[in-house]
Order: sequence, then structure tokens, then C-alpha cells
Amino acid sequence: MMLKIENLHVYYDAIHAIKGVTLNVQEGEIVSLIGANGAGKTTILRTISGLERAKEGSIEFMGSKLTDMSAPEIVKLGISHVPEGRRVFTSMSVLENLELGAYLSQNKQSRDKNLEKVFEHFPRLYERRQQLAGTLSGGEQQMLAMGRALMSRPKLMMLDEPSMGLAPILVRQIFDIIKEIHKQGTTILLIEQNANMALSIADRAYVLETGKIVMSGSAKEIMQSEDIKNAYLGGAVHGS
Amino acid sequence: MTLAQQVLQQLINGIALGSVYALIALGYTMVYGIIRLINFAHGEVFMIGAFAGYFIITLFNIPIVPTLILAMAFCALIGIVMERLAYKPLRNAPRIAALMTAVGLSNLFQNLMVYFKAVGASPKAFPRVIDISRYEVMQDVYLTSDKILTLVVAVLLMVALQYIVHNTKMGKAMRAVSQDKDAAQLMGINVNTTISFTFALGSALAAAGGILYAVSYGKIIYNMGSMPGLKAFVSAVLGGIGSIPGAVVGGMILGITENAISAAGYSMLRDAVAFAILIIILLIKPAGIFGKNVREKV
Ligand SMILES: Nc1ncnc2c1ncn2[C@@H]1O[C@H](COP(=O)(O)OP(=O)(O)O)[C@@H](O)[C@H]1O
Ligand SMILES: [Mg+2]
Repeated sequence: MMLKIENLHVYYDAIHAIKGVTLNVQEGEIVSLIGANGAGKTTILRTISGLERAKEGSIEFMGSKLTDMSAPEIVKLGISHVPEGRRVFTSMSVLENLELGAYLSQNKQSRDKNLEKVFEHFPRLYERRQQLAGTLSGGEQQMLAMGRALMSRPKLMMLDEPSMGLAPILVRQIFDIIKEIHKQGTTILLIEQNANMALSIADRAYVLETGKIVMSGSAKEIMQSEDIKNAYLGGAVHGS
Repeated sequence: MTLAQQVLQQLINGIALGSVYALIALGYTMVYGIIRLINFAHGEVFMIGAFAGYFIITLFNIPIVPTLILAMAFCALIGIVMERLAYKPLRNAPRIAALMTAVGLSNLFQNLMVYFKAVGASPKAFPRVIDISRYEVMQDVYLTSDKILTLVVAVLLMVALQYIVHNTKMGKAMRAVSQDKDAAQLMGINVNTTISFTFALGSALAAAGGILYAVSYGKIIYNMGSMPGLKAFVSAVLGGIGSIPGAVVGGMILGITENAISAAGYSMLRDAVAFAILIIILLIKPAGIFGKNVREKV
């Protein structure tokens, strides 16, 4: 098991945001975590990354216990996190943003090679490399956030609502790139409110409701569940 | 002396004083940029820098450049320790707590200095490390060697700072942490190290400012940091707090204005004008000259 979360509890002061979540990701999978706004999806990712602290439970990544590690140590292990709302460094150039993604890499050669690879995935970023990140469109900022996350050559890439606020055509494009990244050997943990889209590329999925996993299984099973159809898929699968 | 000559002379004096304000203002602005704190103890780092210079020169009798370097290194250390002990524990506390701590620290530093017998409460003559000579750049317009030293050192330090912030890994980390701490951590940046580095950098610049000021004015005293510290704070706000070029421009404007007012014969109003400027900016353009209209994060 690549990522193993067991009985995770996270609090914001008195708010019990995550109430005993157990979740696994195997190497080579695309796992999706879906759930309504406020369910706790972002909190789970932030806790994996070391930005929030678990009150109880354990998180293990390829045998290392993450719960006591700092965020930089976790990045070093091979986890990268594309945060909700992209969070690019708006007053820095596209290139500087990407360089920051490789902050922990000492080797300039491998950094240049990664950069080349990122530009292959996102030719648009190459065109705009000298531009300030704040001047990019929402879709381009999402690409930059993903490119930046790839610069550390992650084993596991976690994406928090990459489709948020994007036009359908861009969403499709972003999801195609996620599939491509996965094909080239990166394991994916994908958070989405856009359940349709997420389930269409995932191997397995978990459904989160107010801090608890209420259902898990193969993406196909979940897509066909009546409850899920009603709650998250607008009652209709595949938008018929 | 013609009016033009007088204006030019006051401009030179103003820029020299402004450079000192700018060196202090840079620390205010960088620290604010990274932890959103007005470090009111920063003026005291300027004062400690001047005293560090004083002791280094009197004990080791070395020239000005190594004195500057040693005093800057010493104050960098003071800056790091100050942040670790006083501000880091309050990082998630309400902002007013850190602000009150800063005011308290400022008093503490002054009182500690008085407590040390070697410093005391009365002014000390700063050793003559350079020969103060006068050069006539134009008829009736003079440049003194202390002003040349101030300008050269200030410009070199500002160029170095620009290089550090834009071209080094640590500088990039500083800018990243200033913009978004969480995102910076996701890049693998150690936020604590970056904040320490920022304090070190700002404190070193203040130390240089302290020594340059002491060389020009010839006297140092435990509370010498209060007024320049406040004026540098006004400079930073005028330029746009958080903005590095803003701190430099703000410092220059303040230094020049202050000299112009003294030259016009209103030197009693010199200090009041700095605060009038502060009030006016806060009313008209609170974000300052280079400031973006900062959205406060919720
Ligand atoms: N910084 C915070 N402080 C307090 N409560 C928070 C904070 N962040 C999230 N929460 C609360 O935790 C719960 C889970 O939020 P979040 O993880 O953002 O959900 P999701 O990503 O699924 O929309 C929500 O009830 C939210 O209000
Ligand atoms: Mg969320």
C-alpha cells in the first residue's frame, strides 16, 4: 500500500472536521475522494501534506509515518499537493513558480529535464513562461499549479478540485492531462465535487460526508449507486 | 549662495539621511511582508548596531568596512534570536499580541542598554573611523566623506539585497512565504528558516544604518533608535509596506522632506512633519506609493 490512512481525526479548535477516516491508495491507482462542499476533503489532503495536524489516527506513506513530519519532509518523500484554488505565486513569473516546485532538488540537470517535461504536458506554460502568474487565466493557473507540483517528480500527486471554476472544455483538458500524468507513472489522489468527471477517470473512489466515509468501492460501483446518483450526480449519470 | 545651490545641497543631505531611513525601512517592510508584523523593536536593532560598531572599533581598532560586517552579523543574530524567542510563539496569536510584544521589546532593549555600565544613559562620542573631509562638488555645494560613505554603503547593500531577493534560493523562498505560507510549504520551503533569514537580513541592514548614522552624527545613545525607527516606519508605510522598492523611495522622500523643512528654517517642525506625512498617507492612500490594494486574507 502506498498511502494508508487509518482512523484519522482532525479538529479545527472545537470543530471536529474529520471523524475517523480510513482510506488507502495503491501504487499506480487513480483514487477519487468525492463529497459535497464542507465534507472535509480539503482537510484530509492538508493533513496528509502536514499543513494540518491529526488529533488521532495514522497516515503512512510507503512505510513512513507522516503524522509527525513537517510539510517539507513530506514533499521530500514524494508527495505533491495541488491545492484548492491553485495558490500559484501571483507576483512571480511562471518560470519562477515552476522553479519553486523543484525547491528541494539539488541537481540542476534533473531540474531542467523536469521543466522540459512539464512544458511538454503544458505547452501553454512555455509560451507564458516570462509572464507573471497573476496575469494567467484560471485554466492556465490550474496548469501552472499542476506543473509546479510535477517539478518535484512526485510518486503521489494529490489534486484538490482541479476543475473548480473552469469551463467544461478546460475541465476536459485538465482531466486528460491528469490521465497522461498517471500513465507516465504517477499515482493520483483526486478530490472533486464534480463527481461525474472524477469517477470517469478513477479506479476507486471514496464518498465523504461531514467528515466520515459513507461509501467506498470501484468507481463503477459508486457511479451506479442510487444514493450517489441522487446526491452527487444530479440524478443522472453521464449527463445522458 | 543661490537658491539652486542651496536646493542641491539640501538634496544631497536629504538623500544621505534618506538612505539611512531606507536601510531601516527595508527591515520593517520585509518583516511585515513575511509575518504581517510591524516590528517596533526594529529601531532598537539600529541602535544596537551603532553600539556594536562603537565597541568593535574601540576594542579592536579596525577600519569601517570590517566593523560594518561584524556589527551586521551580530545584529543578524540578534534579529534571529528576537524572532525565535518573542515572535515565533505568538505566530498564531491575535496580531495585537505580537504588536504589544514588539512595543515591549523596544523598551526592554533600551533599558537593557542603560543597564550595561559600558553603555549607560548618557551619550557617547562615536570614534572617528573616517576622516571627515569636505569636497566641493560645485561652487558652494559640498559633499562630506561621511555622506559619501553613507551613499556608497547604502547603494551597495540595496543592490546586494535586490540580488538576494530575486536571484538566490533563499530570496525566492522569502517571496514565496510572503505571498502564501501554505503554498510555500507545499514546495518544500521551510517557513521557520525563511522567517529567521528575513529577520537576519533586516537586522543586518538596520545595523549598517546605525553605524552610518553614528559616523555622521558623531554621537550615540541608548534611545537613538526611537526617532529614526519611527521615521523609517513612516517611510515604509509611505512606500507601501511590504514593498522593497517602496521602502527605499519612502526613505528618500522622508529624508529629503525633512532636510528641506530644516533648511527653510522650520527645523522645530522636522519631526512633526514625518507624522503629518503618515497621517496624510493613511487618509489618502493607505496602501502607500508602491502598495497594491492589499486584500486582507480572511
Ligand atoms: N481553517 C478552518 N477553520 C475552521 N474550520 C474550518 C477550517 N477549514 C475548514 N473548516 C471546516 O471544516 C469542515 C471541512 O472543510 P473542508 O475540509 O474545507 O471541506 P471540503 O474541502 O470538503 O469542502 C467544514 O465544516 C469547514 O467549515
Ligand atoms: Mg475543499
